[in-house]
Amino acid sequence: MEFMDYFNTFIRSIFIENMIFAYFLGMCSYLAVSKNVKTAVGLGAAVIFVLTLTAPLNWLIKSAFLNEGSLEWISASLADVDLSFLSYIMYIAVIASAVQLVEMVVEKVSPALYGALGIFLPLIAVNCSILGGSLFMAQREYNLGETVAFSLGSGIGWFLAIVAIAAIREKIKYSDVPKPLRGLGITFIITGLMGIAFMSFSGIKL
Amino acid sequence: MSTEVASKPIKTSEPLFSKKNMRLLSDPLNENNPITVQVLGICSALAVTAQVKPAFIMALAVTFVTAASNVFISLLRNLIPGNIRIIVQLTIVATMVILVDLVLKAYVYDVSKQLSVFVGLIITNCIIMGRLEAFAMGNKPWASFLDGIGNGLGYAAILIIVAIMREILGSGTLLGYQVVPQFMYDAGFANNNLMVVPAGALFAVGIIIWVQRAQNKYYETE
Repeated sequence: MEFMDYFNTFIRSIFIENMIFAYFLGMCSYLAVSKNVKTAVGLGAAVIFVLTLTAPLNWLIKSAFLNEGSLEWISASLADVDLSFLSYIMYIAVIASAVQLVEMVVEKVSPALYGALGIFLPLIAVNCSILGGSLFMAQREYNLGETVAFSLGSGIGWFLAIVAIAAIREKIKYSDVPKPLRGLGITFIITGLMGIAFMSFSGIKL
Repeated sequence: MSTEVASKPIKTSEPLFSKKNMRLLSDPLNENNPITVQVLGICSALAVTAQVKPAFIMALAVTFVTAASNVFISLLRNLIPGNIRIIVQLTIVATMVILVDLVLKAYVYDVSKQLSVFVGLIITNCIIMGRLEAFAMGNKPWASFLDGIGNGLGYAAILIIVAIMREILGSGTLLGYQVVPQFMYDAGFANNNLMVVPAGALFAVGIIIWVQRAQNKYYETE
């Protein structure tokens, strides 16, 4: 039963609460790096990886240090300290350093993967969907299992969205779009149409 | 990102409101708008614009954070080591956002609830990082302050236009007051639910970009 709950969260965060189509998170890189499918796949994979890494990490930090009363394990006198106002600064510090760390590890361990992801990794520190993942995790009070399911699902949802728009943009080059609408404008409108298509998933419950 | 602004440092002997300084304020409003031309800070621009009130508060918050962090980074620009500058910038921005968040929670709690995670997401708003990198790292505090205010207002302008479009068409109200009169509903006008859902925001911004680029004759060539 528990597994089904996690699976449900996972599916919801891919399709129904899609980072791009429902919350517009990570739009900047979504618009900037969707000109061809190959780079879109690279960035999408990097987002899945970093999101699945940082959201559970931030969950651990939140429940060990930031929640009200969570510092009790250090000393009983800290039992009524509430550090939750520091959460933004902690989350972003974790994300920025995780990205830096991942970059160094990937460079050492797998130069091929580094070549594929390399330029996108630093970009990810300021991708709203990563910080958004951590903030949603905190706001919805997920437990650790749900956080993992949610962050993996959101990453995959973001990946799907950017690969789909990149494929459409590759084809739209051959169409006669009105000049001022070319590039950014038409991408917005297509994303809107894709958002409507994704709305048809709402109401799905496993 | 506009790099041509960054390459022209402002001289100290200039008057505070010289022509060059005023251009820092006015450029981002139209020709170099952060949202429609530089394509930065889209995420929050779309998510908070279903109604005018949260959009207005959000715009104020972003303008404050952009200006304040521009000033701080500009003051520290000669002390920050190049390879850890992103973390320093993020820390300063995050501090400003915490301030904003606490102020919103204290004075306009309902709007703060409505904006939910998007207040926190100001930290990763690309406009702020973009201005810090492209402008504040190479310019004096006063010029950086004006640049921050200008870009914040450029962001605010688009946000409020989108919000007005969406609120009138989507719910027939403006700032919560009914503006579409009853006889129009009697004549067959209906609230357009499309404008309330996320997709409506994308269409609205797409149309604004279309109109603005048609007027400025700014075309993208691929």
